[in-house]
Amino acid sequence: MSHNAILTLDNMSYAYGAKKALDRVSCKVEEGHCAILLGPNGAGKSTLFSLITHLYNAPSGTIHIGGHDVRRQPLKALGLLGVVFQQSTLDLDLTVRQNLLYHAALHGIKHREAEHRIKEELTRFGMLERAHEKARQLNGGHRRRVEIARALLHHPKLLLLDEPTVGLDVPSRKALVDHIHALCRDRQLAVLWATHLIDEIAPQDDLIVLHQGQVKASGEVSEVLEQTGQETIEAAFTQLTGRKERTLW
Amino acid sequence: MVMHAWRALMGIMGREGLRFIHQRERFISALVRPLLWLFIFAAGFRSTLGVAIIPPYETYVLYEVYITPGLLGMVQLFNGMQSSLSMVYDREMGSMKTLLVSPLPRSFLLTSKLLAGAMISVIQATVFLLIAAAYGIEIPAIGFLTVLPALILSGLMLGALGLMLSSFIKQLENFAGVMNFVIFPMFFLSSALYPLWRIQESNPTLAFLASYNPFTAAVELIRFALYGHFNLNAALITFFSLLFFLGMAIWGYNPSQGMMNRRA
Repeated sequence: MSHNAILTLDNMSYAYGAKKALDRVSCKVEEGHCAILLGPNGAGKSTLFSLITHLYNAPSGTIHIGGHDVRRQPLKALGLLGVVFQQSTLDLDLTVRQNLLYHAALHGIKHREAEHRIKEELTRFGMLERAHEKARQLNGGHRRRVEIARALLHHPKLLLLDEPTVGLDVPSRKALVDHIHALCRDRQLAVLWATHLIDEIAPQDDLIVLHQGQVKASGEVSEVLEQTGQETIEAAFTQLTGRKERTLW
Repeated sequence: MVMHAWRALMGIMGREGLRFIHQRERFISALVRPLLWLFIFAAGFRSTLGVAIIPPYETYVLYEVYITPGLLGMVQLFNGMQSSLSMVYDREMGSMKTLLVSPLPRSFLLTSKLLAGAMISVIQATVFLLIAAAYGIEIPAIGFLTVLPALILSGLMLGALGLMLSSFIKQLENFAGVMNFVIFPMFFLSSALYPLWRIQESNPTLAFLASYNPFTAAVELIRFALYGHFNLNAALITFFSLLFFLGMAIWGYNPSQGMMNRRA
């Protein structure tokens, strides 16, 4: 197992006016690791994602993606990043293929190469036969698959997922969770996955518990359990945040 | 990098083109609005508003002829505001984020978006012009060619205005107010519907404001270009307004400034 950190956050703070959203957050995600960013709603997950994707600049702290400072070398850093936002960002009036071609163009991929990669990714997600359908015709689970395929088109080293399973039915969620874990393993992709659903965590995952803008615990699942002296993630989470989270599918 | 930027620009323009083709209703309503003004409003006002001989016209012209350049500007003004509205919507819905996280300079991405919007705006204006010509508005043959650069410049300027507004509007709900405070004052306080000397006669202050309205410059640029003339003053005002609006938009979309720092 490699220990090459793809994403490093060091002492990040951010405030909306007087309200602190993130308070000295430090953490990292390594190559081939799936790091679950676990936190209740309002913990600061979306703010953290906006900082990593350079939608905001943080006044203090640094973020490195693949060794590139997001603030100083945003283009190099963003080139290594694939993102799936919480809300669907597909253009519903365009076909799946047109959506993916647009993304490929934004990343400067040649048309022929783009067609090849689109075929490859859609095949992997079992969506190839839907390539010429409009995104509007797809159900929620299939749209999510297309969005993840899109985020992988430019072969990123880091994949950011902001609560990608919200609104999906049980089988779609399970399929997606399994798929992401397989991507980490097979492609040595680093994944940072924001969620508040504990049942999406696999035993081999890393865990970052965010609460009220602060990292309350981080490390492999077993380490966090050890740190808190609890036997289940749910109990550890409740101890760290004083809240119970949903665990049912 | 250059090839990357070129492919991205083509991608952004291609997407805008596809959206334009898919949204036929938007295209039709963009045409119906100025056509109503041309067919009904102008016909009604023909007898009440006489227009004296002023450049670039060499003879008395009918009111329909006078307001055609203004209506071309109106098509572009509405298009600019429409794309601004869709950017605010995109930002709330997230698809603007997919554009902004692309590994290209943000100023380039926004300029590409502007070019794509202006392309649609020029197509819409050209179709309107052809319908107006078919309706009987006489335009010299050379005018169809010389008006194109004017339409491109004015489309860019009004698109940049929309882009700037989209960067400073927090939410969709605030948009109706902006339409009232931007579109109507810009349109009515311009030379689109009446020549400036007419406003001067009734209210010199309004005439002064209208003469510095960038929309007046855009309309006059189009008006002169339609008859094969070049209005340098109007071109300069339009061009510098374009630079100003685009600069403000880029500033507004900067990660350290403006709209992105506001919580959705």
